[in-house]
Amino acid sequence: MGLVVFTAHALHGTELSSLSLMDIAAIPANILRLIGEMLPPGQVELARIVPAILETLQMALVGTVLGVLVSLPLGILAAKSLSPNRLLYFSARGVVSFCRTVPDLVWAIFFVIIVGLGPLAGMLTLLVDTIGFAGRFFAEAFEEVDSGPREAFSAIGASGGGTFFSAILPAAAPSCINTSMYCLERAVQSSVILGLVGAGGIGMLLEEPMVWHNYPEATTVVLTIFAMLVVVEQLSGRIRYHILAN
Amino acid sequence: MNSGAVVTFDRAAGESLPVRVASPSRVLAESTDINITGLCKTFDGQRQVLRDIHFSIPRGQAVALIGHNGSGKSTLLRCCLRLVQPCSGAVSLLGSDITTLGARQLRGMRAKVGFVFQRHNLVARLSALTNVLHGVQARKKGPRTWFHSIAPQKDREEAMAQLHSVGLANLAERRVDGLSGGESQRVAIARALMQRPKIVMADEPVASLDPLAGDEVMGLFLHRIKDEGLTLLFVSHNLDHALRYADRIIGLRDGRVELDTPSKTENLATLRELYG
Repeated sequence: MGLVVFTAHALHGTELSSLSLMDIAAIPANILRLIGEMLPPGQVELARIVPAILETLQMALVGTVLGVLVSLPLGILAAKSLSPNRLLYFSARGVVSFCRTVPDLVWAIFFVIIVGLGPLAGMLTLLVDTIGFAGRFFAEAFEEVDSGPREAFSAIGASGGGTFFSAILPAAAPSCINTSMYCLERAVQSSVILGLVGAGGIGMLLEEPMVWHNYPEATTVVLTIFAMLVVVEQLSGRIRYHILAN
Repeated sequence: MNSGAVVTFDRAAGESLPVRVASPSRVLAESTDINITGLCKTFDGQRQVLRDIHFSIPRGQAVALIGHNGSGKSTLLRCCLRLVQPCSGAVSLLGSDITTLGARQLRGMRAKVGFVFQRHNLVARLSALTNVLHGVQARKKGPRTWFHSIAPQKDREEAMAQLHSVGLANLAERRVDGLSGGESQRVAIARALMQRPKIVMADEPVASLDPLAGDEVMGLFLHRIKDEGLTLLFVSHNLDHALRYADRIIGLRDGRVELDTPSKTENLATLRELYG
């Protein structure tokens, strides 16, 4: 009952309930008008768009690679079956949860204030975002590994490092690779939004035409972003397939 | 090879103590590899799985551990390596009481014992050769023992020789998740022998195999153990294997040693009494 009341209140809060029939009837017309203003796509100089794409990919790649490298040890500490003690376990879980629950934009604003406008702020944001995501999924992947090989390595008298790299990591590798490649795709997507707050990348190129209502130019940037995401997704899929097949 | 003096026991008369007990003089012999005294294990503070276990195994002897499901065989084997922590008692392996060892010393002691599991416990995504190579971690540490591609040539050759000895040299590069149950168990045996152990323990090593493959693997296993002159303690539900491959048979019932006898004095009918 409480949920129903809250949902009803939420409808009012989002102004959905105050929409008149006239407002609703105007929506399709507004969409068509916007599409009309966006088409045909405007010209954007290659000298502006290519460096922006490159910067976006660099931010995404470096942020993801560093994030994955930090997430591996954090994932070990955050996995109940591998963590050396409860203090480290809860600390690692806390760090990973904190990185994940604070939204990207908040991290981006934070890093823009600390290191200034530009791709460094964006890269640091993506790094933290990757830690929040990959740290959790790596920990889960390590916990789900069959305990049999681990027991065998304990029986051999192998070191912790030997057990992890010989028994746990090979078994968790498919899941870790999937997570890492997904992090890369997410990072490219996120970097578009980050540009809107000045954290570098192709998003910064989108900000200007949107502010000045230059919709044809915005359309070109949006289509470029779409093409870039499709290419990254395809590449990521192929890399994933190639690694897992071997 | 056998433990020698035995005490007879008449189950029909209602006695409930061990049927046959190893002679104390043999227990304390210098060549004793495994010596268990007063071993107890209770799970969750209630379920008593092992009750006051005593026996010793001299060097080079092959001992079969038999008994009902839940009689404590696997727990006993795991307690011997402290994979399961005993509640009380002592387990002496090669003269060291493993219940008192620190973590580092315990790893060192485990390294001297090859352990073959029922489900082989290999790393599924890796090749047979890499899995065998991992056995070298009992003797060496560091990244060069973790990955086959950067392992020292000498170790790779030894792993290959171990695979050859179990008849799997032609499948060295095959991932173990593509091997049959019998082949996987042979890889596990090669891995255990790669440790260059002094003692080998095996928990129902052929339980998951069909009778033919089970006989083949067990024969190969015992052949390698005897060749190397190792001490063997293995759990088996296959009484025929116990009679054929063991020098001595220890039977557990409700966590107690109820039978301890040279295998050549037994037959299937007398062993089945333990399950009656």
